[in-house]
Amino acid sequence: MATTTVPKQIGARVRRKEDPRLITGSSTYTDDLKLPGMAYCTVLRSPHAHARIASIDTSGAEATKGVLRVVTGRDVQEAIGGLPVAHKIEGLLEPPHRVLAIDEVRYVGDGVAAVVAEDPSTARDALERIEVEYEELEAVVDVEKAAAGGPFVHEELGTNVAFTFPFEAGDVDGAFHDAPVVLRQRIVNQRQIPFAVEPRAVAARFDRGHRKLEIWSSTQIPHLLRTQLSVMLGIPEHSVRVIAPEVGGGFGSKLNVYAEEALVGHLARELGRPVKWTATRTEGFQATIHGRDQLADVEIAASEDGVLHGMRVKLLQDLGAYHQLLTPVIPTLTVLMLPGAYRLRNLQVELKGVFTDKTPTDAYRGAGRPEANFIIERVLDLIADATGIDPIEVRRRNFFPADAFPADTCTGLTYDSGNYQAAMDLLLETIDYDALRREQAQRRERGELMGIGVACYVEICGLGPSAALPAGGWEACTLEVRRTGRVVVKTGVSPHGQGEETTFSQIVADALGVGLDDVEIAHGDTDYVPEGIGTFGSRAQAVGGAALSVALEDVRDKSRKIAGHLLEADPEDVVFDEGKLHIRGAPDRAVGFQDVVTAAYMADDLPEGVEPGLASTRFFEPSNFTFPFGVHLCVVDIDPDTGEPSIRRYVAVDDCGNVINPMIVDGQIHGGVAQAIAQSLYEHAVYDADGQLVTGSLMDYAVPRASYLPSYELRRTTTPTPVNPLGAKGVGEAGTIAGNPCVMNAVVDAVSHLGVRHVDMPATPEKLWRIITERD
Amino acid sequence: MKTAVSITVNGTPHDSQIEPRLLLVHYLRDVLGLTGTHVGCETSLCGSCTVLLDGRAVKACTVLAAQADGAEVTTIEGLADGDELHPLQEAFWEEHGLQCGFCTPGMIMAAHQLLEDHPDPSEAEIRHGLEGNLCRCTGYQNIVRAVRRAADAMGAASS
Repeated sequence: MATTTVPKQIGARVRRKEDPRLITGSSTYTDDLKLPGMAYCTVLRSPHAHARIASIDTSGAEATKGVLRVVTGRDVQEAIGGLPVAHKIEGLLEPPHRVLAIDEVRYVGDGVAAVVAEDPSTARDALERIEVEYEELEAVVDVEKAAAGGPFVHEELGTNVAFTFPFEAGDVDGAFHDAPVVLRQRIVNQRQIPFAVEPRAVAARFDRGHRKLEIWSSTQIPHLLRTQLSVMLGIPEHSVRVIAPEVGGGFGSKLNVYAEEALVGHLARELGRPVKWTATRTEGFQATIHGRDQLADVEIAASEDGVLHGMRVKLLQDLGAYHQLLTPVIPTLTVLMLPGAYRLRNLQVELKGVFTDKTPTDAYRGAGRPEANFIIERVLDLIADATGIDPIEVRRRNFFPADAFPADTCTGLTYDSGNYQAAMDLLLETIDYDALRREQAQRRERGELMGIGVACYVEICGLGPSAALPAGGWEACTLEVRRTGRVVVKTGVSPHGQGEETTFSQIVADALGVGLDDVEIAHGDTDYVPEGIGTFGSRAQAVGGAALSVALEDVRDKSRKIAGHLLEADPEDVVFDEGKLHIRGAPDRAVGFQDVVTAAYMADDLPEGVEPGLASTRFFEPSNFTFPFGVHLCVVDIDPDTGEPSIRRYVAVDDCGNVINPMIVDGQIHGGVAQAIAQSLYEHAVYDADGQLVTGSLMDYAVPRASYLPSYELRRTTTPTPVNPLGAKGVGEAGTIAGNPCVMNAVVDAVSHLGVRHVDMPATPEKLWRIITERD
Repeated sequence: MKTAVSITVNGTPHDSQIEPRLLLVHYLRDVLGLTGTHVGCETSLCGSCTVLLDGRAVKACTVLAAQADGAEVTTIEGLADGDELHPLQEAFWEEHGLQCGFCTPGMIMAAHQLLEDHPDPSEAEIRHGLEGNLCRCTGYQNIVRAVRRAADAMGAASS
């Protein structure tokens, strides 16, 4: 942004404006709402992975005192349309996805009936009085078998393959022909459960007077949800108001349109009373999207000097039973990002999206990119192993050079800016790599298992140009300077922990010379902030912040004109400085910002052609995605007796472009890396052969606790993006994208001298103990 | 079929008629309107509902309100002294020990217990002491720093 003064707030470690309410229990999450006359909704869910519903008897529930309404899929099929999927995939099969199942259930957790009652306990009790007779069908669980043939999740489709997405670039056969190094590896990204600590919750109220439906939801995308609810419920979009109050974490799992959002809206409208539904943790596990679940068979062609010349990848994405909002889109991001940081020119991918009788998969932090980066960064280590060249040197030999940017990939992307060598150099300044290798050799002689893992990454984020996205890639901002001088920013990005109330205030403070406390950031209410897309894909700063920046330029221009008029000077010579506007080089010739604001609203002495008021609404359409990058290194020790891995050291070098608030950026890296370590070492959503989710609780699904995780050492390089005026790229997903291959390369490295070339995630003690024991 | 309880919450006594099966967390949230205490899992595994019961940290999702009869409960709303934040609240703010904030009230109450038991904890003791509380946003590093900072502040205040 063209600031005329030195930035004071941008780049500063400013503690967050949102925290005082959060640390005192004064914030309002959806489940905290209690509206007059509120009734409570619960949902009965399928205990079977695949079954025909022979009959449903709701009479017992209906007869329960305090029960207001019981509905089944058939009861609401006319009133509520199917759940949406947003995509641009040619030939995608889209079987019906109703808010409550009709005739057949297709995963454990599929909704079957809903109860509304006077209080939550009655609503829960009544669920137990609904009698459902199921005829079990064979569950489709194994994704490879499902891709090959029946039985089918959706019988009427006659296939489980919802789409194929073939991709080919360069001369792949040529790359493999006579390649001195040809390697094959199956690489699995196991299913993950996002686990935002706040369970999903929805409340709705129908305002009969205004014929308006108000929905409160713990969502990342209030505006997109508004549009979809309008379609599903047959209400004009302007008659739907969506409010995302405080949202307790999302990680992609709340970037969706869920059955309960429409169901609760419908029930509130029908009953004429506010209705609230809050997920139990079991519903959080079964009936909130899962992530990852990709199986890749990779063939690698490389030369003896460690250069990657070609890849063939067969990719199976387990979609689960239905499409949720972006289910089929996620693995296409994997395809796009397979080249990673490297000049790969020859790539062939065959992606199939396959239905199974499981919870739908969709965006989970990174959303397709951690999968891609795990593949390419494992590939680089496999090449290093096969050629005997150090993994860091192999990466250097394959990098896009610093002078290659903007750099075109074989997948049709243009990386905006980057300097991968510089990030690697900084890593090697931070750690003594040679000393670590020497230590490893000494420990091996003593029978100890120590591994060093390195992984680079390039992330595609700042989503994105509208032409490349299924639901708009712009962002909107209204900037209003109120008569009191208070600056109100209405942003279409609705944060849920990312701290935009603080970072956006920092941007405003520098642009207008006002204090952080003079700025108010409004978000998450579609009546108050009429337009927006949402917070996902690490886009809040890169697109939402950019929209703020262009709106700020309007307000600055107008303020300069007014100040110039008041000071009888050329507006071009006016600069903003700590609450004043003064003539450049003459701080005494000044008017207060408040004076300018007052003049704008008094409007009795404005320069010619200047309208009253001081506000601007702008939409920002990015010209490209942004591509943050970096390199992470970790040191893992494995107990040779128990197989237990522990991360001794984790160093991250990240480049997310210009940084608004380093404290917040560091926090995003911490959390992202933690989720990567979680996938690498702990978390796996496991279904048994009958399609039961056996890791359906926190007893069985190992979300890491504080004692499982190390401290992280963070470093940064700064390569601004030319894509937006802030030069900021986004950082929300970087840690998750970098972390898996970093940890797993270290795990494999720790046992590579035993002949091990690959270990599947999660690298549990049992798995490692078996590997060690078998190889001894 | 209601039962009478007398529970002092954040210093204010409350006499209530409640259903015997009512959980303490729902008593706090639904009866008293103290929604700073959150429900994350209803099975004692996530710790979001942690409050102090007679000074000891408990998970309010697995305590019956009736069990708290005659007891004193402190929730996140009762931790600050008027406008003056508790050192733990101040430290979580200063160290960026929270992002979405949902686990934070429970995390702070658990940390309160931890610092009572270990006024000068090591990093390992902090990580161990907070094992009953899940955070998905922070990766815990800044929570650990915050607890350590609070320990320093409270140690300085008491010495």
